[in-house]
Amino acid sequence: MSTTVSERKNSASNPFKPPPSAREIQRQFNNGCLIVLATLFALLAVGVLIFLLLYVILNGIRYLNLDFFTRLPTPNGEPGGGMGPAIQGTLILVGLASLIGIPLGLFTAIYLSEFGRGRLANAVRSLVDLLTGVPTIIFGLFAWVIIVVPQETFSGFSGGVALGIIMIPIVARTTEDVLRLVPREQREASLSLGATEARTTFRVVIPAALSGIVTGIVLAMARVAGETAPLLMTAFGTTFRNTSIFEPMDALTLRVYNFTLSPYQTQVNQAYTGALVLILLILIASFTVRWFTGGFKRKF
Amino acid sequence: MSFTVQHLNAWYGRKQALYDVNLSFGSQSVTAMIGPSGCGKSTFVRCLNRMHEEIPDARVTGKVLVDDVDIYAQSIKPRHVRQHVGMVFQQPNVLPTRSIFDNVAMGPRINGHAHRSDLRELVERSLRQAALWEEVKEQLHAPATQLSGGQQQRLCIARTLANQPQIILMDEPCSALDPISTLQIEELIDELKQIYTIVIVTHNMSQAGRVADRTVFFLLGRVIEEAETSKLFSHPQKKETEDYVSGRFG
Repeated sequence: MSTTVSERKNSASNPFKPPPSAREIQRQFNNGCLIVLATLFALLAVGVLIFLLLYVILNGIRYLNLDFFTRLPTPNGEPGGGMGPAIQGTLILVGLASLIGIPLGLFTAIYLSEFGRGRLANAVRSLVDLLTGVPTIIFGLFAWVIIVVPQETFSGFSGGVALGIIMIPIVARTTEDVLRLVPREQREASLSLGATEARTTFRVVIPAALSGIVTGIVLAMARVAGETAPLLMTAFGTTFRNTSIFEPMDALTLRVYNFTLSPYQTQVNQAYTGALVLILLILIASFTVRWFTGGFKRKF
Repeated sequence: MSFTVQHLNAWYGRKQALYDVNLSFGSQSVTAMIGPSGCGKSTFVRCLNRMHEEIPDARVTGKVLVDDVDIYAQSIKPRHVRQHVGMVFQQPNVLPTRSIFDNVAMGPRINGHAHRSDLRELVERSLRQAALWEEVKEQLHAPATQLSGGQQQRLCIARTLANQPQIILMDEPCSALDPISTLQIEELIDELKQIYTIVIVTHNMSQAGRVADRTVFFLLGRVIEEAETSKLFSHPQKKETEDYVSGRFG
Protein backbone atom coordinates (compact mmCIF):
# COMPACT_ATOMS: atom_id res chain seq x y z
CA MET A 1 0.00 0.00 0.00
CA SER A 2 1.59 3.26 -1.06
CA THR A 3 1.09 6.31 1.01
CA THR A 4 3.01 9.54 1.09
CA VAL A 5 5.34 10.20 3.97
CA SER A 6 3.09 12.91 5.38
CA GLU A 7 0.10 10.61 5.20
CA ARG A 8 1.95 7.97 7.07
CA LYS A 9 3.11 10.48 9.63
CA ASN A 10 -0.41 11.69 10.07
CA SER A 11 -1.85 8.29 10.73
CA ALA A 12 0.80 7.88 13.45
CA SER A 13 1.62 4.41 12.17
CA ASN A 14 4.91 2.70 12.89
CA PRO A 15 6.72 1.46 9.72
CA PHE A 16 7.82 -1.59 11.64
CA LYS A 17 4.29 -2.49 12.63
CA PRO A 18 2.16 -2.55 9.50
CA PRO A 19 -1.57 -2.38 10.15
CA PRO A 20 -3.19 -5.82 9.97
CA SER A 21 -4.36 -6.46 6.44
CA ALA A 22 -5.98 -9.66 5.31
CA ARG A 23 -2.75 -10.68 3.64
CA GLU A 24 -0.71 -10.04 6.73
CA ILE A 25 -3.03 -12.16 8.84
CA GLN A 26 -2.91 -14.97 6.27
CA ARG A 27 0.88 -14.86 6.30
CA GLN A 28 1.10 -15.04 10.07
CA PHE A 29 -1.37 -17.92 10.12
CA ASN A 30 0.62 -19.89 7.50
CA ASN A 31 3.83 -19.30 9.39
CA GLY A 32 2.28 -20.47 12.60
CA CYS A 33 0.88 -23.55 10.90
CA LEU A 34 4.30 -24.54 9.65
CA ILE A 35 5.89 -24.22 13.06
CA VAL A 36 3.07 -26.12 14.77
CA LEU A 37 3.00 -28.92 12.18
CA ALA A 38 6.76 -29.37 12.17
CA THR A 39 6.88 -29.56 15.94
CA LEU A 40 3.89 -31.91 16.06
CA PHE A 41 5.35 -34.36 13.55
CA ALA A 42 8.72 -34.31 15.24
CA LEU A 43 7.08 -35.15 18.54
CA LEU A 44 5.02 -37.85 16.85
CA ALA A 45 8.10 -39.49 15.38
CA VAL A 46 9.96 -39.39 18.65
CA GLY A 47 6.84 -40.47 20.46
CA VAL A 48 6.53 -43.60 18.36
CA LEU A 49 10.12 -44.44 19.11
CA ILE A 50 9.69 -43.86 22.82
CA PHE A 51 6.49 -45.87 22.89
CA LEU A 52 8.22 -48.76 21.18
CA LEU A 53 11.17 -48.66 23.54
CA LEU A 54 9.01 -48.41 26.62
CA TYR A 55 6.78 -51.25 25.45
CA VAL A 56 9.72 -53.56 24.91
CA ILE A 57 11.47 -52.49 28.10
CA LEU A 58 8.43 -52.89 30.31
CA ASN A 59 7.49 -56.25 28.88
CA GLY A 60 10.99 -57.55 28.64
CA ILE A 61 12.61 -56.46 31.84
CA ARG A 62 10.52 -58.77 33.97
CA TYR A 63 12.29 -61.86 32.67
CA LEU A 64 15.77 -60.40 32.38
CA ASN A 65 18.07 -62.37 34.64
CA LEU A 66 21.36 -64.20 34.55
CA ASP A 67 19.62 -67.39 33.38
CA PHE A 68 18.57 -65.54 30.27
CA PHE A 69 22.15 -65.16 29.18
CA THR A 70 23.28 -68.66 30.02
CA ARG A 71 20.51 -71.20 29.67
CA LEU A 72 18.99 -72.92 26.68
CA PRO A 73 15.39 -72.29 25.76
CA THR A 74 13.05 -74.68 27.52
CA PRO A 75 10.95 -76.98 25.38
CA ASN A 76 7.34 -76.25 24.62
CA GLY A 77 6.64 -73.35 26.81
CA GLU A 78 7.88 -74.60 30.12
CA PRO A 79 8.85 -71.69 32.32
CA GLY A 80 12.46 -70.73 32.87
CA GLY A 81 15.36 -71.16 30.50
CA GLY A 82 16.90 -68.42 28.43
CA MET A 83 18.49 -67.45 25.17
CA GLY A 84 22.10 -68.25 25.97
CA PRO A 85 22.88 -69.97 22.66
CA ALA A 86 21.07 -67.21 20.76
CA ILE A 87 23.18 -64.49 22.32
CA GLN A 88 26.34 -66.52 21.86
CA GLY A 89 25.33 -67.17 18.25
CA THR A 90 24.82 -63.50 17.51
CA LEU A 91 28.26 -62.72 18.88
CA ILE A 92 29.86 -65.51 16.83
CA LEU A 93 28.03 -64.45 13.68
CA VAL A 94 29.04 -60.81 14.08
CA GLY A 95 32.61 -61.96 14.68
CA LEU A 96 32.61 -64.04 11.49
CA ALA A 97 31.01 -61.20 9.56
CA SER A 98 33.68 -58.81 10.77
CA LEU A 99 36.43 -61.06 9.44
CA ILE A 100 35.01 -60.50 5.98
CA GLY A 101 33.44 -57.07 6.29
CA ILE A 102 36.25 -55.15 7.94
CA PRO A 103 39.21 -55.98 5.68
CA LEU A 104 37.25 -55.83 2.44
CA GLY A 105 35.39 -52.66 3.45
CA LEU A 106 38.57 -50.98 4.68
CA PHE A 107 40.61 -51.70 1.57
CA THR A 108 37.77 -50.71 -0.71
CA ALA A 109 37.65 -47.39 1.13
CA ILE A 110 41.42 -46.97 0.82
CA TYR A 111 41.20 -47.66 -2.91
CA LEU A 112 38.37 -45.16 -3.41
CA SER A 113 39.93 -42.45 -1.27
CA GLU A 114 43.66 -42.72 -1.97
CA PHE A 115 44.30 -44.36 -5.32
CA GLY A 116 41.15 -44.67 -7.38
CA ARG A 117 40.97 -42.41 -10.39
CA GLY A 118 38.63 -42.05 -13.29
CA ARG A 119 35.90 -44.31 -14.50
CA LEU A 120 36.82 -47.46 -12.63
CA ALA A 121 36.77 -45.70 -9.27
CA ASN A 122 33.46 -44.02 -10.07
CA ALA A 123 31.96 -47.35 -11.06
CA VAL A 124 33.19 -48.98 -7.87
CA ARG A 125 31.80 -46.17 -5.77
CA SER A 126 28.42 -46.32 -7.47
CA LEU A 127 28.23 -50.07 -6.99
CA VAL A 128 29.15 -49.77 -3.33
CA ASP A 129 26.40 -47.20 -2.87
CA LEU A 130 23.99 -49.50 -4.64
CA LEU A 131 24.91 -52.38 -2.37
CA THR A 132 24.03 -50.41 0.76
CA GLY A 133 20.48 -50.23 -0.53
CA VAL A 134 19.98 -53.86 -1.48
CA PRO A 135 17.45 -55.66 0.75
CA THR A 136 19.48 -57.86 3.03
CA ILE A 137 17.42 -60.96 2.36
CA ILE A 138 19.07 -61.08 -1.04
CA PHE A 139 22.47 -61.51 0.58
CA GLY A 140 20.93 -64.37 2.50
CA LEU A 141 19.77 -65.90 -0.77
CA PHE A 142 23.26 -65.49 -2.17
CA ALA A 143 24.81 -67.31 0.77
CA TRP A 144 22.07 -69.95 0.49
CA VAL A 145 22.96 -70.64 -3.11
CA ILE A 146 26.71 -70.73 -2.79
CA ILE A 147 27.16 -72.29 0.64
CA VAL A 148 24.04 -73.85 2.11
CA VAL A 149 22.93 -75.79 -0.95
CA PRO A 150 26.33 -77.32 -1.85
CA GLN A 151 27.04 -78.17 1.79
CA GLU A 152 23.52 -79.49 2.23
CA THR A 153 23.24 -77.95 5.67
CA PHE A 154 22.35 -74.69 7.30
CA SER A 155 25.35 -73.27 9.08
CA GLY A 156 26.59 -70.40 11.16
CA PHE A 157 29.36 -70.09 8.57
CA SER A 158 26.93 -69.23 5.78
CA GLY A 159 25.17 -66.78 8.10
CA GLY A 160 28.49 -65.12 8.90
CA VAL A 161 29.32 -64.84 5.22
CA ALA A 162 25.93 -63.28 4.43
CA LEU A 163 26.34 -60.74 7.24
CA GLY A 164 29.92 -60.08 6.20
CA ILE A 165 28.88 -59.17 2.67
CA ILE A 166 26.27 -56.84 4.12
CA MET A 167 28.98 -55.18 6.20
CA ILE A 168 31.35 -54.46 3.31
CA PRO A 169 29.57 -51.48 1.71
CA ILE A 170 28.66 -49.97 5.09
CA VAL A 171 32.26 -50.04 6.32
CA ALA A 172 33.54 -48.92 2.91
CA ARG A 173 31.35 -45.83 2.75
CA THR A 174 31.86 -44.60 6.31
CA THR A 175 35.60 -45.25 6.13
CA GLU A 176 35.95 -43.52 2.76
CA ASP A 177 34.12 -40.45 4.06
CA VAL A 178 36.39 -40.24 7.08
CA LEU A 179 39.58 -40.78 5.07
CA ARG A 180 38.63 -37.99 2.71
CA LEU A 181 38.31 -35.64 5.66
CA VAL A 182 42.01 -35.96 6.45
CA PRO A 183 43.54 -32.78 5.02
CA ARG A 184 45.63 -33.10 1.89
CA GLU A 185 48.45 -31.23 3.64
CA GLN A 186 49.18 -34.19 5.88
CA ARG A 187 49.57 -36.54 2.94
CA GLU A 188 51.81 -33.96 1.29
CA ALA A 189 53.95 -33.72 4.41
CA SER A 190 54.56 -37.45 4.28
CA LEU A 191 55.09 -37.65 0.51
CA SER A 192 57.45 -34.67 0.47
CA LEU A 193 59.75 -36.53 2.87
CA GLY A 194 60.03 -39.39 0.40
CA ALA A 195 57.40 -41.79 1.73
CA THR A 196 55.58 -44.20 -0.56
CA GLU A 197 51.79 -43.96 -0.96
CA ALA A 198 51.37 -47.11 1.09
CA ARG A 199 53.36 -45.72 3.99
CA THR A 200 51.51 -42.43 3.77
CA THR A 201 48.17 -44.23 3.85
CA PHE A 202 48.95 -46.55 6.74
CA ARG A 203 51.19 -44.36 8.90
CA VAL A 204 49.59 -40.96 8.35
CA VAL A 205 46.10 -41.01 6.87
CA ILE A 206 44.61 -43.96 8.73
CA PRO A 207 45.93 -42.97 12.16
CA ALA A 208 44.49 -39.51 11.67
CA ALA A 209 41.09 -40.95 10.74
CA LEU A 210 41.20 -43.83 13.20
CA SER A 211 38.45 -42.79 15.59
CA GLY A 212 36.06 -42.26 12.69
CA ILE A 213 36.99 -45.61 11.19
CA VAL A 214 36.42 -47.42 14.48
CA THR A 215 33.06 -45.69 14.91
CA GLY A 216 32.02 -46.80 11.45
CA ILE A 217 33.08 -50.39 12.09
CA VAL A 218 31.36 -50.68 15.46
CA LEU A 219 28.14 -49.22 14.09
CA ALA A 220 28.29 -51.61 11.12
CA MET A 221 28.71 -54.50 13.55
CA ALA A 222 25.72 -53.32 15.58
CA ARG A 223 23.72 -53.05 12.38
CA VAL A 224 24.39 -56.61 11.24
CA ALA A 225 23.76 -57.90 14.76
CA GLY A 226 20.18 -56.84 14.23
CA GLU A 227 19.65 -58.56 10.88
CA THR A 228 17.08 -61.33 10.72
CA ALA A 229 16.11 -62.06 7.08
CA PRO A 230 19.53 -63.14 5.80
CA LEU A 231 19.85 -65.58 8.69
CA LEU A 232 16.53 -67.30 7.99
CA MET A 233 17.99 -69.40 5.21
CA THR A 234 21.59 -69.55 6.31
CA ALA A 235 22.09 -69.93 10.04
CA PHE A 236 18.49 -70.99 10.38
CA GLY A 237 18.51 -71.17 14.16
CA THR A 238 18.42 -73.97 16.68
CA THR A 239 17.23 -74.53 20.20
CA PHE A 240 20.23 -76.58 21.10
CA ARG A 241 23.74 -75.53 22.06
CA ASN A 242 25.84 -74.18 19.18
CA THR A 243 28.53 -76.76 18.61
CA SER A 244 30.10 -75.90 15.30
CA ILE A 245 29.85 -73.08 12.83
CA PHE A 246 29.23 -75.64 10.13
CA GLU A 247 25.91 -76.56 11.66
CA PRO A 248 22.75 -74.53 12.15
CA MET A 249 23.37 -71.72 14.58
CA ASP A 250 21.00 -69.68 16.67
CA ALA A 251 20.93 -65.91 16.80
CA LEU A 252 19.10 -63.44 18.98
CA THR A 253 17.08 -62.04 16.11
CA LEU A 254 16.06 -65.51 14.95
CA ARG A 255 15.00 -66.55 18.41
CA VAL A 256 12.97 -63.38 18.92
CA TYR A 257 11.26 -63.92 15.57
CA ASN A 258 10.55 -67.54 16.38
CA PHE A 259 9.24 -66.95 19.88
CA THR A 260 7.07 -63.96 18.96
CA LEU A 261 5.04 -66.23 16.72
CA SER A 262 4.86 -68.93 19.36
CA PRO A 263 1.56 -70.03 20.87
CA TYR A 264 3.17 -70.29 24.27
CA GLN A 265 3.00 -67.16 26.40
CA THR A 266 6.24 -67.99 28.19
CA GLN A 267 8.05 -67.97 24.86
CA VAL A 268 6.42 -64.70 23.87
CA ASN A 269 7.65 -63.20 27.14
CA GLN A 270 11.13 -64.41 26.35
CA ALA A 271 10.83 -62.78 22.93
CA TYR A 272 10.30 -59.40 24.57
CA THR A 273 13.34 -59.93 26.73
CA GLY A 274 15.33 -60.92 23.66
CA ALA A 275 14.23 -57.76 21.90
CA LEU A 276 15.27 -55.78 24.94
CA VAL A 277 18.72 -57.37 25.00
CA LEU A 278 19.10 -56.60 21.29
CA ILE A 279 18.25 -52.95 21.83
CA LEU A 280 20.58 -52.77 24.82
CA LEU A 281 23.39 -54.28 22.76
CA ILE A 282 23.05 -51.62 20.12
CA LEU A 283 22.73 -48.80 22.65
CA ILE A 284 25.84 -49.98 24.47
CA ALA A 285 27.76 -50.15 21.20
CA SER A 286 26.72 -46.63 20.23
CA PHE A 287 27.49 -45.12 23.59
CA THR A 288 30.81 -46.90 23.97
CA VAL A 289 31.88 -45.61 20.59
CA ARG A 290 30.76 -42.09 21.46
CA TRP A 291 32.55 -42.19 24.79
CA PHE A 292 35.84 -43.49 23.39
CA THR A 293 35.97 -41.05 20.57
CA GLY A 294 34.65 -38.08 22.51
CA GLY A 295 31.82 -37.74 20.03
CA PHE A 296 34.21 -38.05 17.10
CA LYS A 297 36.59 -35.40 18.28
CA ARG A 298 38.68 -34.77 15.22
CA LYS A 299 42.41 -34.94 15.65
CA PHE A 300 43.10 -32.25 13.09
CA MET B 1 76.25 -28.60 -6.62
CA SER B 2 74.51 -27.43 -9.74
CA PHE B 3 70.78 -27.00 -9.96
CA THR B 4 69.23 -25.99 -13.28
CA VAL B 5 65.84 -26.05 -14.95
CA GLN B 6 65.54 -26.48 -18.71
CA HIS B 7 62.46 -25.91 -20.82
CA LEU B 8 60.03 -26.70 -18.05
CA ASN B 9 56.34 -26.73 -18.96
CA ALA B 10 53.54 -27.77 -16.61
CA TRP B 11 49.83 -28.41 -17.00
CA TYR B 12 46.80 -28.92 -14.82
CA GLY B 13 44.77 -31.17 -17.11
CA ARG B 14 44.43 -29.15 -20.29
CA LYS B 15 45.32 -25.82 -18.73
CA GLN B 16 48.98 -24.90 -19.10
CA ALA B 17 50.43 -23.25 -16.01
CA LEU B 18 54.15 -22.92 -16.87
CA TYR B 19 55.66 -21.95 -20.22
CA ASP B 20 59.25 -22.83 -21.10
CA VAL B 21 60.94 -21.96 -17.82
CA ASN B 22 64.75 -21.92 -17.89
CA LEU B 23 66.56 -21.07 -14.67
CA SER B 24 69.75 -21.79 -12.85
CA PHE B 25 70.19 -21.71 -9.08
CA GLY B 26 73.44 -21.04 -7.25
CA SER B 27 74.35 -23.42 -4.47
CA GLN B 28 74.30 -22.24 -0.86
CA SER B 29 72.15 -19.26 -1.72
CA VAL B 30 68.57 -18.12 -1.45
CA THR B 31 66.51 -17.50 -4.59
CA ALA B 32 63.08 -15.92 -4.24
CA MET B 33 60.16 -16.40 -6.63
CA ILE B 34 57.87 -13.40 -6.71
CA GLY B 35 54.83 -12.54 -8.76
CA PRO B 36 51.09 -11.93 -8.48
CA SER B 37 48.63 -14.64 -7.41
CA GLY B 38 48.19 -17.38 -9.94
CA CYS B 39 51.41 -16.60 -11.81
CA GLY B 40 52.75 -20.12 -11.43
CA LYS B 41 55.45 -19.65 -8.81
CA SER B 42 54.02 -22.29 -6.46
CA THR B 43 53.45 -24.64 -9.37
CA PHE B 44 57.04 -24.13 -10.44
CA VAL B 45 58.47 -24.89 -7.03
CA ARG B 46 56.33 -28.03 -6.78
CA CYS B 47 57.85 -29.22 -10.03
CA LEU B 48 61.26 -29.07 -8.43
CA ASN B 49 60.53 -31.94 -6.06
CA ARG B 50 58.04 -33.74 -8.27
CA MET B 51 55.08 -32.92 -6.04
CA HIS B 52 53.17 -31.34 -8.92
CA GLU B 53 52.48 -34.73 -10.43
CA GLU B 54 50.66 -35.87 -7.29
CA ILE B 55 47.70 -33.80 -8.43
CA PRO B 56 45.35 -35.83 -10.65
CA ASP B 57 45.76 -34.99 -14.36
CA ALA B 58 48.84 -32.86 -13.73
CA ARG B 59 51.69 -33.07 -16.23
CA VAL B 60 55.27 -31.82 -16.56
CA THR B 61 57.70 -31.73 -19.49
CA GLY B 62 61.27 -30.54 -19.52
CA LYS B 63 64.29 -31.19 -17.35
CA VAL B 64 65.30 -30.37 -13.83
CA LEU B 65 68.97 -31.15 -13.32
CA VAL B 66 70.53 -31.64 -9.93
CA ASP B 67 74.27 -32.17 -10.39
CA ASP B 68 73.55 -32.94 -14.04
CA VAL B 69 71.04 -35.69 -13.20
CA ASP B 70 67.57 -35.10 -14.59
CA ILE B 71 65.10 -35.81 -11.78
CA TYR B 72 62.40 -36.43 -14.37
CA ALA B 73 64.30 -39.27 -16.01
CA GLN B 74 62.26 -42.43 -16.54
CA SER B 75 64.42 -44.46 -14.22
CA ILE B 76 64.04 -42.14 -11.25
CA LYS B 77 61.23 -42.46 -8.73
CA PRO B 78 59.69 -39.30 -7.30
CA ARG B 79 60.14 -40.40 -3.71
CA HIS B 80 63.90 -40.68 -4.18
CA VAL B 81 63.97 -37.16 -5.52
CA ARG B 82 62.09 -35.90 -2.48
CA GLN B 83 64.69 -37.29 -0.12
CA HIS B 84 67.15 -34.81 -1.61
CA VAL B 85 64.83 -31.91 -2.32
CA GLY B 86 62.84 -31.04 0.77
CA MET B 87 59.78 -28.85 1.05
CA VAL B 88 58.25 -26.56 3.65
CA PHE B 89 54.61 -25.69 3.02
CA GLN B 90 52.54 -22.59 3.52
CA GLN B 91 50.44 -23.99 6.35
CA PRO B 92 52.49 -25.75 9.00
CA ASN B 93 51.53 -29.39 8.50
CA VAL B 94 52.88 -31.17 11.53
CA LEU B 95 51.39 -34.60 11.92
CA PRO B 96 48.93 -34.33 14.79
CA THR B 97 49.05 -37.97 15.77
CA ARG B 98 52.75 -37.78 16.50
CA SER B 99 55.01 -36.21 19.10
CA ILE B 100 57.55 -33.48 18.36
CA PHE B 101 60.34 -36.04 18.31
CA ASP B 102 58.46 -38.40 16.01
CA ASN B 103 57.63 -35.62 13.60
CA VAL B 104 61.26 -34.71 13.17
CA ALA B 105 62.29 -38.37 13.05
CA MET B 106 59.81 -39.16 10.27
CA GLY B 107 62.18 -38.48 7.39
CA PRO B 108 65.07 -40.62 8.68
CA ARG B 109 62.67 -43.42 9.59
CA ILE B 110 61.13 -43.41 6.13
CA ASN B 111 64.50 -43.45 4.42
CA GLY B 112 66.11 -46.02 6.65
CA HIS B 113 68.53 -43.84 8.56
CA ALA B 114 66.95 -44.51 11.90
CA HIS B 115 69.54 -46.15 14.10
CA ARG B 116 68.84 -45.57 17.78
CA SER B 117 71.40 -43.12 19.09
CA ASP B 118 72.16 -41.59 15.72
CA LEU B 119 68.49 -40.75 15.45
CA ARG B 120 68.40 -38.87 18.72
CA GLU B 121 71.46 -36.92 17.69
CA LEU B 122 69.99 -36.18 14.30
CA VAL B 123 66.73 -34.95 15.79
CA GLU B 124 68.57 -32.69 18.21
CA ARG B 125 70.80 -31.34 15.47
CA SER B 126 67.84 -30.62 13.21
CA LEU B 127 65.92 -28.91 15.98
CA ARG B 128 68.97 -26.77 16.80
CA GLN B 129 69.37 -25.84 13.16
CA ALA B 130 65.73 -24.84 13.09
CA ALA B 131 66.20 -22.70 16.21
CA LEU B 132 63.62 -24.74 18.09
CA TRP B 133 65.70 -27.00 20.34
CA GLU B 134 65.79 -24.74 23.41
CA GLU B 135 62.03 -24.34 23.36
CA VAL B 136 61.11 -27.99 23.06
CA LYS B 137 63.97 -29.99 24.57
CA GLU B 138 61.99 -30.63 27.75
CA GLN B 139 58.90 -31.88 25.94
CA LEU B 140 60.11 -33.89 22.98
CA HIS B 141 57.38 -36.45 23.45
CA ALA B 142 54.52 -34.01 23.71
CA PRO B 143 52.10 -33.89 20.78
CA ALA B 144 53.28 -31.56 18.05
CA THR B 145 49.95 -29.76 18.05
CA GLN B 146 50.75 -28.16 21.40
CA LEU B 147 53.18 -25.78 19.71
CA SER B 148 52.28 -22.34 18.45
CA GLY B 149 52.01 -21.60 14.74
CA GLY B 150 55.52 -20.23 14.45
CA GLN B 151 56.96 -23.13 16.43
CA GLN B 152 55.06 -25.63 14.28
CA GLN B 153 56.51 -24.11 11.14
CA ARG B 154 60.00 -24.32 12.61
CA LEU B 155 59.20 -27.93 13.47
CA CYS B 156 58.31 -28.52 9.82
CA ILE B 157 61.65 -26.97 8.87
CA ALA B 158 63.44 -29.23 11.38
CA ARG B 159 61.58 -32.19 9.90
CA THR B 160 62.76 -31.27 6.43
CA LEU B 161 66.33 -30.77 7.65
CA ALA B 162 66.38 -34.14 9.39
CA ASN B 163 66.08 -35.77 5.99
CA GLN B 164 69.41 -34.14 5.10
CA PRO B 165 68.41 -32.76 1.72
CA GLN B 166 70.64 -30.72 -0.54
CA ILE B 167 67.94 -28.32 -1.62
CA ILE B 168 65.11 -26.84 0.44
CA LEU B 169 61.99 -25.49 -1.21
CA MET B 170 59.75 -23.14 0.75
CA ASP B 171 56.29 -22.28 -0.48
CA GLU B 172 55.29 -19.04 1.25
CA PRO B 173 56.49 -20.38 4.62
CA CYS B 174 55.59 -17.26 6.59
CA SER B 175 52.27 -16.22 5.14
CA ALA B 176 50.31 -17.97 7.89
CA LEU B 177 52.49 -16.58 10.68
CA ASP B 178 52.68 -13.48 12.85
CA PRO B 179 55.44 -10.90 12.26
CA ILE B 180 57.64 -12.09 15.12
CA SER B 181 57.61 -15.70 13.93
CA THR B 182 58.19 -14.44 10.40
CA LEU B 183 61.30 -12.61 11.55
CA GLN B 184 62.58 -15.70 13.37
CA ILE B 185 62.17 -17.80 10.26
CA GLU B 186 63.83 -15.21 8.04
CA GLU B 187 66.82 -15.23 10.39
CA LEU B 188 66.79 -18.97 10.19
CA ILE B 189 66.86 -18.89 6.40
CA ASP B 190 69.86 -16.60 6.59
CA GLU B 191 71.74 -19.22 8.62
CA LEU B 192 70.55 -22.20 6.61
CA LYS B 193 71.78 -20.79 3.32
CA GLN B 194 75.35 -21.36 4.46
CA ILE B 195 74.66 -25.07 4.04
CA TYR B 196 71.65 -25.55 1.78
CA THR B 197 70.38 -24.20 -1.52
CA ILE B 198 67.07 -22.54 -0.81
CA VAL B 199 64.26 -21.61 -3.19
CA ILE B 200 61.53 -19.58 -1.55
CA VAL B 201 58.18 -18.50 -2.96
CA THR B 202 56.86 -15.31 -1.49
CA HIS B 203 54.07 -12.90 -2.26
CA ASN B 204 55.76 -10.37 0.04
CA MET B 205 58.26 -8.36 -1.95
CA SER B 206 59.94 -6.92 1.10
CA GLN B 207 60.58 -10.43 2.35
CA ALA B 208 62.31 -11.20 -0.94
CA GLY B 209 64.37 -8.09 -0.41
CA ARG B 210 65.33 -9.22 3.10
CA VAL B 211 66.27 -12.84 2.54
CA ALA B 212 67.07 -13.51 -1.10
CA ASP B 213 70.36 -13.27 -2.97
CA ARG B 214 68.62 -13.54 -6.34
CA THR B 215 64.99 -12.99 -7.26
CA VAL B 216 62.89 -14.33 -10.14
CA PHE B 217 59.76 -12.51 -11.30
CA PHE B 218 56.97 -14.72 -12.64
CA LEU B 219 53.94 -13.56 -14.57
CA LEU B 220 51.23 -15.72 -16.18
CA GLY B 221 53.38 -18.84 -16.09
CA ARG B 222 56.51 -17.29 -17.58
CA VAL B 223 59.76 -16.01 -16.15
CA ILE B 224 59.85 -12.34 -16.98
CA GLU B 225 63.08 -11.40 -15.29
CA GLU B 226 65.75 -12.90 -13.06
CA ALA B 227 68.51 -10.95 -11.34
CA GLU B 228 70.37 -10.17 -8.16
CA THR B 229 67.71 -9.05 -5.72
CA SER B 230 68.78 -5.45 -5.21
CA LYS B 231 69.18 -4.95 -8.96
CA LEU B 232 65.74 -6.44 -9.70
CA PHE B 233 64.08 -4.03 -7.33
CA SER B 234 66.07 -0.91 -8.07
CA HIS B 235 66.76 -1.28 -11.79
CA PRO B 236 64.25 -3.71 -13.30
CA GLN B 237 64.89 -4.29 -17.00
CA LYS B 238 61.37 -5.18 -18.09
CA LYS B 239 58.33 -2.97 -17.85
CA GLU B 240 56.16 -5.70 -16.26
CA THR B 241 58.75 -6.16 -13.53
CA GLU B 242 58.89 -2.46 -12.88
CA ASP B 243 55.10 -2.25 -12.73
CA TYR B 244 54.92 -5.11 -10.24
CA VAL B 245 57.70 -4.04 -7.90
CA SER B 246 56.44 -0.49 -7.81
CA GLY B 247 53.02 -1.72 -6.87
CA ARG B 248 51.13 -0.69 -10.00
CA PHE B 249 49.51 -4.08 -9.97
CA GLY B 250 49.64 -7.01 -7.60
